[in-house]
Amino acid sequence: MAMPKRMQAISRRTFLAGTAGTTLIMGFGSILPGCSSDDAASDLAAIGASKRFSPVVWFEIDGTGAVLINIAKAEMGQHVGTALARIVAEELGADWGRVSIRHVDTDPRWGYMVTGGSWSIVTSFEMLSRAGAAGRTVLIEAGAEILGVDTIQCKVENGNVVAGEQQISFGDIVAQGDISRTFSDEELAAMPIKPAAERLLIGKQTAALDVPDKTSGAAVYGIDTELPNMVYAHPMIPPTRYGSRINSVDDSAAADIPGYLQTLQLNDPSDLIQGWALVIAESFPAAIKAADAVKIDWTAGPTAAVTEAHLLAEGEKLTADVTNGTLFVDDGDVTAARKNADKTHTATYRTGSVLHFTLEPQNALVEYVDGVFHIHCGNQWQSLIMPFLAAALEVEESSIVIHQYYLGGGFGRRLFGDQMIPAALAARELGRPVKLVFQRDADSRFDCVRSPSVARFDASFDAQGALTGIDHAAAAGWPTLSMAPGFLGTGVDGNGKFDSFSISGADHWYTLANHRVRAINNDLAQRTFLPGWLRSVGPGWIGWGVECFMDELAAMMGEDPVDFRLARLDAAGKNAGETPKSIGGAARLAAVLRDVAERSGWGAQLPAGEGMGVAISHGQERAQPTWTACVAHVAVNADTKKVTVRKIWQSIDCGTVVHPDGALAQAEGATLWGVSVALHEGTAFENGEVKDTNLDTYTPLRMADVPELDINFIASTEFPTGLGEPPLIAVPPAIGNAIFAATGSRVRDLPIRL
Amino acid sequence: MIQFELNGETVTSNSPPDTPLLWVIRDELKLKGTKFGCGIAMCGACTVHIDGNATRSCVTPVSAVENRAVTTIEGLDSSEGKALQSAWIEEQVPQCGYCQSGQIMQAADLLTHNPDPSDADITAAMNGNLCRCMAYSRIKKAIKSAAIGGGA
Repeated sequence: MAMPKRMQAISRRTFLAGTAGTTLIMGFGSILPGCSSDDAASDLAAIGASKRFSPVVWFEIDGTGAVLINIAKAEMGQHVGTALARIVAEELGADWGRVSIRHVDTDPRWGYMVTGGSWSIVTSFEMLSRAGAAGRTVLIEAGAEILGVDTIQCKVENGNVVAGEQQISFGDIVAQGDISRTFSDEELAAMPIKPAAERLLIGKQTAALDVPDKTSGAAVYGIDTELPNMVYAHPMIPPTRYGSRINSVDDSAAADIPGYLQTLQLNDPSDLIQGWALVIAESFPAAIKAADAVKIDWTAGPTAAVTEAHLLAEGEKLTADVTNGTLFVDDGDVTAARKNADKTHTATYRTGSVLHFTLEPQNALVEYVDGVFHIHCGNQWQSLIMPFLAAALEVEESSIVIHQYYLGGGFGRRLFGDQMIPAALAARELGRPVKLVFQRDADSRFDCVRSPSVARFDASFDAQGALTGIDHAAAAGWPTLSMAPGFLGTGVDGNGKFDSFSISGADHWYTLANHRVRAINNDLAQRTFLPGWLRSVGPGWIGWGVECFMDELAAMMGEDPVDFRLARLDAAGKNAGETPKSIGGAARLAAVLRDVAERSGWGAQLPAGEGMGVAISHGQERAQPTWTACVAHVAVNADTKKVTVRKIWQSIDCGTVVHPDGALAQAEGATLWGVSVALHEGTAFENGEVKDTNLDTYTPLRMADVPELDINFIASTEFPTGLGEPPLIAVPPAIGNAIFAATGSRVRDLPIRL
Repeated sequence: MIQFELNGETVTSNSPPDTPLLWVIRDELKLKGTKFGCGIAMCGACTVHIDGNATRSCVTPVSAVENRAVTTIEGLDSSEGKALQSAWIEEQVPQCGYCQSGQIMQAADLLTHNPDPSDADITAAMNGNLCRCMAYSRIKKAIKSAAIGGGA
C-alpha cells in the first residue's frame, strides 16, 4: 500500500541557505501555504529557523568547516543518522571526518517525525541527495566569488571548493560569506546528482557514528535521564486494557516504606489510559517496594476472560465467511474459478501473540514548567503521539516538547508513546518532575502486542490440476485502526476500510489469474488489547501464511518449491514494476530466489530428519519493495521433535546500499528475529492479558540458538529501499517449509511447537 | 550506610541494605552505563563485576558488596576490557546498544578467567545475556578477536 498521504512529499519544495551569525544554515523542505521563500530566508538569517518552512533536513556548516546534520529520525540500532548524513555529505562534497549528527527534539520546524516502516532511507534518499547538491551549489557559488573564478571551473572535494590550483575550504567560505540563497522547486529538480560510479561515501564501508558511545556506557537512553527534584512513578496497571475501574486503593501497608509518597489515581480526559494508578516515591526501589504493598481493588473491563483461543476462534469464524472484509486485491474472478473448479484446497494459518520486549523498558520523564510539558524519552513517532498528548493534557501541541534520546530497542513498540500520558498527568498534578519507569512485567502487560492472526486460503484447480485461483482472507487486530485511523486505506472496490499494516504482503508479486484478498478486523482483539506494529508488521505474519501455502500448493502439484515460485514470478502485467522504486518488479524477486537457491545448494540430498525450505518476500510495501529470498536448513529430532536451524541463506536486493555494514547488521538482526518468532518466543492471552511477562517464560533467541548465517546483498545501483524489517519476513515460512521437507508434516501455526 | 569500592574509589550508599545494587549505582551514584532490563537476572543488562566476577546487579542487595570492589562499564580498565571495547568498535557490534555494557562486562569476566575461549566456551559464558537486536554473531566475533588481540 502507498504510504499515508500526510507523509508523502509535499509540492513547492524549497532549499534555503542563509548565514546566521557565523554559521551557514541550510534547509530543504516545503514552504507552508501562504508563505514565501524570501520571508523564510529572512527568518533563517534572523533566528536560524523558520516556521514558514517544513523541512526534510536542516544542516549547517560553521566557520571551521564542521558540518552538523540534524537527524529527525530515531536511533534504535539501525545507525540511521550515519546513513542519512552520508547521503547529504556525498552530494555536498563534505569531509566525512568533519561531519557530526544531532538527534533533535520535537519542533514544528523538523516537519513530520516518524521512524518506522523501514521508510527512513527510501523516503529521504532523493530529498537528502538534492539538499546536499543544493548545498554544494551554494558553496561553489560563494567560493567562486571569493576565488574570483567562474563557477563552471569549480568542483567540491573533501570539504573544499577547488578551481584548478586554487582552493578554499567550506569553513573559510562560511567565515567570509554572507550567504542568502533560495532555490525553487524547478531549480532543485534540475540539480545535478552524482552518478553512482562517482560516489565516495554511499555504498562504501564506514563506522557508525553511534557505536563508540554504545561501547563505553556513555550513550544516553530515555531511562537514563534525571531532573532535579524529580519523583519516581511505578505504574499500577489494571486487569484489562480497556474498561477497568478502580474501586478502592489501600496503601496502608506502604505507609512505613521510606520514600513512599502516595498512590495517585489517574484521570485521562482522552480515555486512552483507563483505570490506572501510579505509586509515587522518592526513589525507584522505594516505588517498587510500595507497589508490592499497595492494594488496589479493580472492577475489570468486559474482556477480562478473553483467551488466545477466543481470539483465534473469532478470526477463524470471520475468515470463514466470504462476505466479510475489505477488498484489498481483486484480480480476475475467484468466485467463478471456485465454481468451475475440479478440485479445491483450503488451509488456515495462524500466528500467536508476540511481545516487543524492548530491552529498555518503557519510561518517560516529564517536567511541567511555565505551561510547557517537557517529555524526556526515546520515541519513534512523535507526530503520532502529539495529538493524543494534547487531548489527554487538554493543551495545544505547542505546549508539548518531546526530547529525544537513544532508544533501547524500538521494533515498533516506541511508535506509540502512550506511556508519556500518565507521566505527564502526574507531573502536572504533583508539581514535580515525574520519572515513570515500568518494571518488566508492567512493560509486557502494557505492550501493544502483535495481534494473533488467522489467514484462510482457498485454492481452486481445474481438471488438469492447474492452479486457477486463490482466495485469501486475513483477520487480526489492526494497530492503525486504534492509533492512526486516518491512515486506513479504502477497499479496491471503493467499499470499506483496511489497515495496510495488517494486510500488506498479501498483494504479492506472483502472477495469478484469479486472486482475491480480504482484510478483516478481528473486533474481539481490538476490544481486548491495543494491537501494535511489530518489526516487519503485517508482512511479518501475512508472509507466514502466503509463503507456507505456496509451498503447500507446490507439494500438492508435485512441483519443486523454487520452480513453482519462479513459474509465477513472470513480471507480467501489474508485476512488471515501476520506476524507480519497484523497477524490474517480479523479475528482481525471481533473481534473488535464483541466487539463494544456487548459493544454498537447493535440491541437495539431506540426511533423514533434515530438510531445506524456501520463502520469498517483497518487504514492507508493494510500492517500495525490498526483494528477499530465504532458504532455511533444519534438523528435526525424531524423538524430541526439537527443531534445530542449521543454516540460513538470505539473498537481498534493496537497490543501492547506503551503509553496507549497517545494512548487514540489520539483515543479521532481522533474520535472527525471524528465527526467534518462528521457534523461540511468543505468548498467549489468558484472562484478558498476555500470560508471559518476563524472561522466565518469554524466551527470545539466545546466542546458543544462532544458526550459521549466509547473507548476500545483490549489487545494485537502483533506488534504495528499506532494510530494518524486510529480511525477517521470509524466515519463519522458510523454516516451516523446511520442517515439511524434513518430516512431511505441514506446520500451520506460528510459533512452531511440534 | 554501606561502604564499598566503585571503579577504584571508595563510595558510601545511604540506601536501605536490601536495595538492589543496580539502583544504587544508577540513581544514587549516578553511573548510568549499567542498565535495567528484566529485574530477575535473566537478561544480563545489569552485569557488573564484584571482586572481578560478573554479577547481576539487579538482584544483588547493596549490603552484599560492603567493603568489596565493584566495577562498572565506566570503570572497566583491565586489558581484557579495553581489548573488548576496541573489538566491539572494530566489529561494529552494537545496534541499539542497550545490552552492550552488560555484554562487555560478561565477556571481560570470561576472558579474565579463560583467555583463549572456544566457540562453545563463549556461548556458554554469554548465553545469559540477551541481545534483543540479536547482534550475537558480532558479539561472538568481537570476543574471539579480543582474545586473540590480547595475545592470549
